[in-house]
Amino acid sequence: MAIPKVIGTETEFGITIRNQPDFNPALASSHLVNSYQGGRVRVQWSFDEESPGRDARGFGYETYGLTDVDAGLVNVVLSNGARFYVDHAHPEYSGPECADPLSAALYDKAGERVVASAAESMRTALRSGEDLRIHKNNSDGKGNSYGYHENYLLSRLLPFSDLIHYATSWMVSRQIMTGSGKLGTENGRARVPYQITQRADFFEEEVGLETTLKRPIINTRDEPHGDAAKYRRLHVIIGDANMSEVQTYLKLGTTALLLSAIEDGALPDALELADPVEATWRVSHDLTLNESIQLGDRGTITALEMQRQYYEWLSKYAEQELPEDVWADVVAEWGALLDDLENDPTKAADRLDWAAKYQLLEAFRDRDQLEWDDAKLAMISLQYHDTDPQKGLAYRLERRGSLRRLFTDEEVEQATVHPPSDTRAYFRGRCVVQYPQSLVAANWDSLVFDTGETSLKRVPMMEPLRGTEEMVGLLLDDAPTAAELIEALGDHE
Amino acid sequence: MAQERKQTRRTEEKTEVVDEATEVVDEKDEESAVDKIDDLLEEIDSVLEENAEEFVKNYVQKGGE
Repeated sequence: MAIPKVIGTETEFGITIRNQPDFNPALASSHLVNSYQGGRVRVQWSFDEESPGRDARGFGYETYGLTDVDAGLVNVVLSNGARFYVDHAHPEYSGPECADPLSAALYDKAGERVVASAAESMRTALRSGEDLRIHKNNSDGKGNSYGYHENYLLSRLLPFSDLIHYATSWMVSRQIMTGSGKLGTENGRARVPYQITQRADFFEEEVGLETTLKRPIINTRDEPHGDAAKYRRLHVIIGDANMSEVQTYLKLGTTALLLSAIEDGALPDALELADPVEATWRVSHDLTLNESIQLGDRGTITALEMQRQYYEWLSKYAEQELPEDVWADVVAEWGALLDDLENDPTKAADRLDWAAKYQLLEAFRDRDQLEWDDAKLAMISLQYHDTDPQKGLAYRLERRGSLRRLFTDEEVEQATVHPPSDTRAYFRGRCVVQYPQSLVAANWDSLVFDTGETSLKRVPMMEPLRGTEEMVGLLLDDAPTAAELIEALGDHE
Repeated sequence: MAQERKQTRRTEEKTEVVDEATEVVDEKDEESAVDKIDDLLEEIDSVLEENAEEFVKNYVQKGGE
């Protein structure tokens, strides 16, 4: 039953302009998106098919008041198939649909280059002394959080209750692998000097529709952006944005693996926890990875032990069911990481943001005799996530070889320009380049063209794995205008 | 017999030299590990925002999603 895991990530970036007295984050975000000079088309993001208020547990079609989109603010589709836009008060990059976790990690990384490039361009328009900073993070240390969301394609046949049942404990335990680390705690949680994730403190429910408050471990948004009879899209909101490429890859790859296994009924146990929300906080707050959490009424377990158990099940599952090389690679990386976390977590500093950052902070504490609440440590922790190639500390670690990379700068650059070849993002990206004047509106599952006729033409894209280079490459090559494209697609059907 | 003794002495001499060389190499390794961290911290110091307190105090975001 497991269907190919098409994956896409959404990153809300932190934005600030120092020394700008009238700073308005929504306006600044619009300015940023408008400043991007790479291949793109400004479009009306068409909301007709959107349904963020529909709940996967079957509560019907509430009009939720589209809180995650604002029709007045700028929306751009990029030549790589991504969406770059303003989500309330943050610039957001939603990467193109990708057919495997490595590709998804690459296009996630490409988002950093897009905002950095837009920022460079925007700086030329700022007043002297104004300092624009864009951070890939999820928490401002003042009680506000903004998301990093992962999206995974699932079969509609999978009952949502199964998803909730099996995925909850995964989300709690995977934090030791997904966290980007931060100083202190927020939202009234028990104080610790440093914790593994940026997001844990903001999660208060096991299941729910909310994304801005009372955040749930499992988000029930039912908006497949595809054929709703066939597909589900799991919208994961509990993850951190990562600077580390290896970490992004592992986060997406292992989660996709888990979801495939759930679809195939291949998990022997859900490792159900007595209190998943409390466990979420406790796992994040414990750097020893040894915190005991209550397993239903079956005793206790640690997050690391849970991850090891998942590894035992999923490595076998991958071996038996998933022939593509990428899954064997994900498993190998994951196993090596768990070995290190079990024996010497400091070794994970070359792969996991939280460990790399912690090591950095400890080194400064040691050298400069700093207390945990020293502003310098907070600055280091924040600047780790700066997307400016010169200022960003994660990039410094990458260049020194202290933080492992999966991609070259050239590959990431190419990923800002060209879409993946193996999903519908290919069609979208090509249309951006080929028909910039005609493309007037877009959504994930459709494009709308003005071909000069009285009515606009909508091209549905209900299948995430169609619209690939193989399927439409030649058709696009032979259609220099949108009108010809529409005609050819009509014949094609 | 005399030859053997000569060879043994030469071998011993060689061994001593080798030992010294190893010692020197070890010291170099230790130094460079510490140097590396110091290096990194210095590099970060050079690009870290100068007014950390002000930056961090004023860094606030709207809640998102």
